[in-house]
Amino acid sequence: MVEHRPWLTFLTHAVLISGMLLLVFPIYVTFVASSHSLDEITSNFSLLPGSHLVENYTRALNVGSKDVGATVGTMMLNSLIMALGITIGKIAISLIAAYAIVYFKFRFRMFFFWMIFITLMLPVEVRILPTYKVAADLNILDSYSGLIFPLIASATATFLFRQFFMTVPDELCEAARIDGSGPIRFFFDILLPMSRTSIAALFVILFIYGWNQYLWPLLITTDESYYTLLIGIKRMLDVGEGQAEWQIIMASTILAMIPPVLVVIFMQKQFVKGMTETEK
Amino acid sequence: MEKRVVFKHKFLPYLLVAPQIAITIVFFIWPASQAVYQSVLQEDPFGLSATFVGLANFVDIFTDEIYLHSIYVTAVFSLSVAVIAMSVSLLLAAMADRVIKGATAYKTLIIWPYAVAPAVAGVLWYFLFNPTVGIIALYMKVLGYEWNHSLNGGQAMSLVVIAAAWREISYNFLFFLAGLQAIPKPFIEAAAIDGASPLKRFWTITFPLLSPTAFFLIVMNIVYAFFDTFGVIHVITDGGPSNATNIMVYKVYHDGFLGLDLGGSAAQSVVLMIIVISLTVIQFRYIERKVNY
Repeated sequence: MVEHRPWLTFLTHAVLISGMLLLVFPIYVTFVASSHSLDEITSNFSLLPGSHLVENYTRALNVGSKDVGATVGTMMLNSLIMALGITIGKIAISLIAAYAIVYFKFRFRMFFFWMIFITLMLPVEVRILPTYKVAADLNILDSYSGLIFPLIASATATFLFRQFFMTVPDELCEAARIDGSGPIRFFFDILLPMSRTSIAALFVILFIYGWNQYLWPLLITTDESYYTLLIGIKRMLDVGEGQAEWQIIMASTILAMIPPVLVVIFMQKQFVKGMTETEK
Repeated sequence: MEKRVVFKHKFLPYLLVAPQIAITIVFFIWPASQAVYQSVLQEDPFGLSATFVGLANFVDIFTDEIYLHSIYVTAVFSLSVAVIAMSVSLLLAAMADRVIKGATAYKTLIIWPYAVAPAVAGVLWYFLFNPTVGIIALYMKVLGYEWNHSLNGGQAMSLVVIAAAWREISYNFLFFLAGLQAIPKPFIEAAAIDGASPLKRFWTITFPLLSPTAFFLIVMNIVYAFFDTFGVIHVITDGGPSNATNIMVYKVYHDGFLGLDLGGSAAQSVVLMIIVISLTVIQFRYIERKVNY
């Protein structure tokens, strides 16, 4: 701090605390609602936690909301499989693609590089119908492969690894070659262990990305047993003229936030690194 | 930049890029080219026959009032989200930059909403403003203001903007804070010795030095508002009431998936692709100066 200004210090903390309250408020209300019964929510909603917390969460996890046909437990498992599938898939194929592009000279190298680059410009949102048609033709609607594979090509991960490999000293590769190790051995014994921090940073970003996917699962899942949790919550809200089961919806919403938020809080260092290095 | 030392192998490099390239062709390049191809065709709803119609689909969408309205809605939506998210986060970042004690705690507590999915942000705010159970809507009623975003287009737009901006504050905060911390402290100290007040120091020194970060964030916020907010719209308003929140991405989904207008939806996809490509080019021209790919 440059100079001592007590009122300014006070203002600083006041602004920060009100900012935090603004960010927390909707989640607090959701949490409180998830501890009330439906009657308490619809007739006299109080901002203090109620007594139905355990009851609501057990019912959500084991039974689910009416008319959805899948329990929140199942849907969380689907979300987890999709998120981990996307994360691990993206990291794996990007690592080896970046390795080939950096450490090998081969025909069409730059052509492949630009082909990967193009994926950056084509988010699912701009090619909804034809991608759906491809998935339908491949017969992967309503399946885990359908949830995962169309989302695992990633230019950003490939760029990040390429950039990292460029900073690895050439001497390491020379030394490895003199000692007689081939490309596969060099990759597994030297490059992969060195990439640990980049992998961890990407893991955090991609896990959040995968868990939070909404449009693609919405398009390709019609069978309840493949619903992800976010799709399930939307289905619980769509009750038409009936009464939405707010207590279950709110409990599910909290459950949908827990995994990615925990990842951010406990892997904050990797998260910040990932955000600033992938720029997205 | 190229590596001096490389491996030589006949087929291994092709094997290594194969999975990435296969996925790219099957799920990116093929569907995108299909969208371009379909955008110049007129297909009957059963997909039995298609005729080449040139740019007729584009003429159709650009003379369609609903589509023009959707462009306008998208512009209002993305600018509002960018302005709100950036101003709130700049304020918070400027304050957090001053804090010495407890800086990490503040940072953690401000960045976590980034982990909340746009669709979940939609559910949170939808619940708060729900006309029958939402506590903010109920308080407004007590104060004599009738809130019903399923009937009032302006209210619907405000609600989706709030929900979308709320989640984006943490992303902007992280980059603004990093930008602030990169500003050399002697600049600020010299100005303080010359007697400049904190506010003056902010506007004449900090803010100009922060402009590259701000420019980058404007582009990122627009990309976010255009392409990542589908969940917010789908959960809260479904594009309604009477198209008041029908942003372009939602309209592609609606026309193509629910309306089955293949040619029109494909033409809209092509327009969106042109927008993403321009935004990506702007973004990379800027990043080029900072990072060397």
